Amino acid sequence: MIASSAPNLTTTTIPKEYDGHTSIFLPTMATVVDVQPETKTEKIFTLRLPDGENLNHNPGQFVMLSIPGVGEAPFGVMTSPSRTGETFKLCIRNAGDLTSLIHQLKPGDQVGIRGPFGRGFPHDTFVGKDILVAPGGLALAAPALSLIDEILDHRTDYGRLIILYGARNPSELLLKDRLAEWEKRDDVELQVTVDHPDDEWTGNVGVITTLFEHIQINPYKTIAVTIGPPIMYRFVTMELLGKGLTPDQIWMSFERRMKCGVGKCGHCQVNHRYACQEGPSWTYAEALAFEEAL
Amino acid sequence: MSLYILSKEQLGEFVEKLQAKFRVVGPVRTEYGYAFDDITKPEQLELNYSTTILPPKKYFLPQREVLFEFESETDDKGLRSYEVRPIFQEVEPTVIFGVHTCDMHGITLYDRVFAEGYRDEHYVERRENTYIIGMECLTPCDDASFCKDMGTLSAPQVYDLHMTPMNDHYMVDTGTERGEKLLLDHVYVEMARKEDIQQLGQVLSSKWPRFKMRLKVTRDQTPSLLTLGYKAKLWEELGEKCLACGSCTNVCPTCFCFDVQDEMDINMTDGERSRVWDSCQLREFALVAGGHNFRDTKASRVRHRVMRKGKYIKQVHGITGCVGCGRCERACLVNITIPGTINNLHDEMHPEPEKA
Repeated sequence: MIASSAPNLTTTTIPKEYDGHTSIFLPTMATVVDVQPETKTEKIFTLRLPDGENLNHNPGQFVMLSIPGVGEAPFGVMTSPSRTGETFKLCIRNAGDLTSLIHQLKPGDQVGIRGPFGRGFPHDTFVGKDILVAPGGLALAAPALSLIDEILDHRTDYGRLIILYGARNPSELLLKDRLAEWEKRDDVELQVTVDHPDDEWTGNVGVITTLFEHIQINPYKTIAVTIGPPIMYRFVTMELLGKGLTPDQIWMSFERRMKCGVGKCGHCQVNHRYACQEGPSWTYAEALAFEEAL
Repeated sequence: MSLYILSKEQLGEFVEKLQAKFRVVGPVRTEYGYAFDDITKPEQLELNYSTTILPPKKYFLPQREVLFEFESETDDKGLRSYEVRPIFQEVEPTVIFGVHTCDMHGITLYDRVFAEGYRDEHYVERRENTYIIGMECLTPCDDASFCKDMGTLSAPQVYDLHMTPMNDHYMVDTGTERGEKLLLDHVYVEMARKEDIQQLGQVLSSKWPRFKMRLKVTRDQTPSLLTLGYKAKLWEELGEKCLACGSCTNVCPTCFCFDVQDEMDINMTDGERSRVWDSCQLREFALVAGGHNFRDTKASRVRHRVMRKGKYIKQVHGITGCVGCGRCERACLVNITIPGTINNLHDEMHPEPEKA
């Protein structure tokens, strides 16, 4: 009786049929396949959907992960579509009630998954361009890595790949093996900085914007993707604009509180936009059009 | 669909007949004011009511609604697995009597929010099991109403039946086939004659002057005023007054935001996940892990609500997010009102030119 003017939306895990009803809130129970401590506060979880179903996501999309009885929250997917087979990874910081319990999960435990949701980075439109990826902190693992690996696995489709990564201190640097791998590759230009060095640190010191002095880019053919806390966006976009990029060449990902992932609960509103539907990836040009974005 | 005459004497019989098959709800008098509640005797129905404390949204989006339940099992290695089952409570077929036109506009919006995009069957199942019998408003509820400004004085096409009170009868319009069946199967009615319809026309057109306009701008000018006034000083003033209690959003027929909460049984293995009405006026609404709050101040939250009502909801769903019912104004403890806010914003953005 209630007709919807547009076709109903679907994604890999929802809607779910159950006993003659259809639910968009029922999670699919995924199995924790592997847990790897990454830093003192972050762990990487490898998850498998029932029957090894492919998550079928885009770089920059997120899933809602839940522990029934505790709660549900959004997490960016770490794995690129090119490396997603029967499993995918999430990198989760122990920062609250839900995530502290997620950190106690062991291989064999189940968690609820809904998604993938939202708009990721439209990497197919980046083909042929130089890509500058500038994540701060946790954002390197998720969602930046999902884009970086997608590019690395189709390396000849893209021009330069520049990665500028900033963390607070050396012990918080994520993916050290991957950083070492990129350091060695001729087709990846990696720069790393920390705000607060320790005795052994010999690299760059300073906030992420200090890395921009070291690089030259061709503003005609560069796409920048920057992901981090709100304060970082203000300074990184200034650097990028200073290098001649236009706001529509700069992509960002916006973190918001989310309770449903399906555009109903209202928590992720950025002015009139829903970060869970039209975001979380937006260009700076789009973000300038709504006051609450930055 | 057609117009019928239902004599006022027969209303009670109609309600009784419906009660045999349906849950019948409608406006009743309570010690705090009128409220939509279950009708056990036809005489409880107060169709000549002014406004209810809560809109009928509670029948489509209950204040708390279980979405699914789960059972967990821990094996001998201590590993946990879960069985999850969605909960679709059987919705008793329900008839809501006496829904005012403003509230029907609220339901129109709800239908778009919950049935479009990812289709929310929890909502849709309740909605499809509920008959809406509208009630034409011939006089304003009170001074807080501004339905005329918001263009909600006439009924949108969400009703199954819609009644207009005449001298000794109701003129009943059938909005849906199931509505027509509901009427014809349960009470004796006559088809309206030409003179009846003419009389209805007079009643409807004469109601217009009884409703006052309260806004200095039209509904269609409101979005651009809000755009212009995004950084107005007014928001700071309202932020200082606002108590962030969330009463305005609770009573609003177009507020639909919800929180999602898990509860564990005392056995610590079973439990359920529910959605619960939430309010963008509460501090935690836009708070993320790590402590950043995207609307940290009351000023930013009051502004967000007014922007939603006057502009954002229209941008997303194509219809204005305020229906002019006046409930937020009646509920507000510090007298923050939508018309007052819009008018003050208008004055701030369009100061009187100084006389030379």
